[in-house]
Amino acid sequence: MGASIDTRIDRTVVRRRSIGGQARRDLGLALFIAVLAIAVQLRNPAFLTLDNLNSLLTNTAILAILAVGMMLVLVTRGIDLSVGSILAFCGMVTALAVARWPGLPPVTALVLGTAIGTALGMVSGVLVSRFDVLPVIATLGMMNVVRGLTYVVSGGRWVSSYQMSDGFKAIATGRTLNLNNLVVIAIVVYLVAFWFVNHTRTGRRIYAVGSNPQAAAVSGLAPGRLVFSVYAIAGGLAGLGGVLWVARFASAQGNTAVGYELQVIAACILGGVSITGGVGRLSGLILGTLLLGMLANALPLIDVSPFWQMGIQGAVVLTAVITNVLVRRNNDAAVRKSRRI
Amino acid sequence: MADTGVATSRDSQTVALATERTFSWRSFFWQWEWILAGVLLAVIAVNTAISPFFLNVGTFIRTPATFLDKGFIVFPMMMVIILGKIDISVASTVALSSVLMAVSYNAGVPMPLAMVLCLLVGTLCGAINGLLLVAFKELSFVIVTLATMIIYRGIAFIILGDQASGGLPSWYSELGWGDVLGVPVMVIAFIAVAVAFGFLLHRTTFGRTVFGIGHNEVACRYSGVDVDRVTFAVFLLNGLMAAVTALFLTSRTGSTRPNIAQGYELEVIAMVVLGGVSTSGGTGRIGGPILAVFIIGFLSYGMGLANIQAPIVLVVIGSLLILSVLVNRLRLTRGRSTTGKDRPYSVADQAEKP
Repeated sequence: MGASIDTRIDRTVVRRRSIGGQARRDLGLALFIAVLAIAVQLRNPAFLTLDNLNSLLTNTAILAILAVGMMLVLVTRGIDLSVGSILAFCGMVTALAVARWPGLPPVTALVLGTAIGTALGMVSGVLVSRFDVLPVIATLGMMNVVRGLTYVVSGGRWVSSYQMSDGFKAIATGRTLNLNNLVVIAIVVYLVAFWFVNHTRTGRRIYAVGSNPQAAAVSGLAPGRLVFSVYAIAGGLAGLGGVLWVARFASAQGNTAVGYELQVIAACILGGVSITGGVGRLSGLILGTLLLGMLANALPLIDVSPFWQMGIQGAVVLTAVITNVLVRRNNDAAVRKSRRI
Repeated sequence: MADTGVATSRDSQTVALATERTFSWRSFFWQWEWILAGVLLAVIAVNTAISPFFLNVGTFIRTPATFLDKGFIVFPMMMVIILGKIDISVASTVALSSVLMAVSYNAGVPMPLAMVLCLLVGTLCGAINGLLLVAFKELSFVIVTLATMIIYRGIAFIILGDQASGGLPSWYSELGWGDVLGVPVMVIAFIAVAVAFGFLLHRTTFGRTVFGIGHNEVACRYSGVDVDRVTFAVFLLNGLMAAVTALFLTSRTGSTRPNIAQGYELEVIAMVVLGGVSTSGGTGRIGGPILAVFIIGFLSYGMGLANIQAPIVLVVIGSLLILSVLVNRLRLTRGRSTTGKDRPYSVADQAEKP
């Protein structure tokens, strides 16, 4: 018993200090991104052009939006493997709706996708929070159910570019303030998320539940409801991402975004979101997404076969989590030393 | 220290056995395995109704060879889940060991050696998972096996790209297609593996420690059980059996691609959970998952007979996974107080605690 109290105290100390540590981590990641950008630029001067940077940001926008939802799930010590499938399903349903009713306003399409995604996220949320199913199991099941449903609603067919109205495709091609709409939407999502996470009670409570569920429950929070809402949010953002994806690539297929959840989780981990819960900041998330987006964008430019991408991503993720652990161990040791325990 | 560990585990064993041995007809008939057997019979009955050729002895013995390949991973995965963990990298391990076997054969390595290489690669993949989990206890099993899941399949893609590798010798296809006295080789191998794992899990100290760790890892550690070594061994076994699956699967398909065995982790985990193994660890009997292998196997076979598309099969298996977790929870927690570990988010339980 004594031992466990000791470690708990240690952890609070480390966490208080690690606010500085987090900023340093962000700075390190930013430096790494800069070095990588310069290295790629030296190999291929086409990298740091305005055109390429714009397409990099546009391609990363969807990943960034999904990463926000995943971060909240990870903060509550969960994981959501179903976002790739939810993205595909919502994209498919919206595309079918657009093909059926060409006059559908783009905003309605966005709302439709988000609503369906939220509903699907709620199913995982109920399973995890109400029925206490392990998040991996619940979302692994959902991932396959929703993927299967995507094929079922489309009858195995694709929805292609010519079936979509120009207004719908304009979601991804149009520009606001000289930025691609996708980037603008991502920025809006981040602003709202920043307000939600840092300045609302629910947002703060999500972190409280993640860092210590027992303490949160004892202090009168309703962990179940918070966990439920986190999966609903992740589903909703995946649904939004689905609509954007279909508009961007002007095609909806049954196998859209297979394995995309891995990239989203990778972005979170690179961004310093802790799998053990309670830790995760949006600034880190932006950098993590940028790094992943840059890898995807730069590898073809420096003549690396696309087949290397998966392996490299996996290696980057594993290195990132192991580095996180080693850094934390180092911090713990330093704290213990300074307090002469 | 080691002596006390053994003594404690023996004590708990006798206690467990004592409660098991108090026989009552009611508990005898309320076993999960009976329900599974009933479901299996129902599935077979429906299959027979769909196709009159199904319930012919020859077909019936041959059918399992269409789905038993993944059955080999079910046993070590059962141990992983009894430990309270999950390994989602197995499908990638199957792909990597299968790809390396085919590629090395085509590069001039004799087939028997290539098969040994396949087993070694699988074991190595499992060992890496185990090593990472033991060395970095702060990391959850989800994230470790998720990362290796990407890496293993990623390596398979680096090796083969979008190519397929085939041209394996004809005697090798006997492994998946051949039979001995009318019984497919794969069925014989499955029975042998089932017996071996049943013995390992229910009749050896190692098996008891797996249950013990799943129940209470800290208590096991304090009573001198080498938790790290057992965890490592279980994950290593998982990798080895994934390679065995790769051997049979590649033999049946005749060639291999980096995207082979996609989604196997779902089916395997679904089989284990449907078999009555609780995902919170510590409980499970070998008979349940074996029945579940045949239920899900015959179910997908039957849906194939009825011309139901693969995506719907995906929906059914996914729902089956979720449903069986829910039923397990109800079944295992009925009349018993739940621990905090089982219900991490439930407010009521947290409030009960001092």
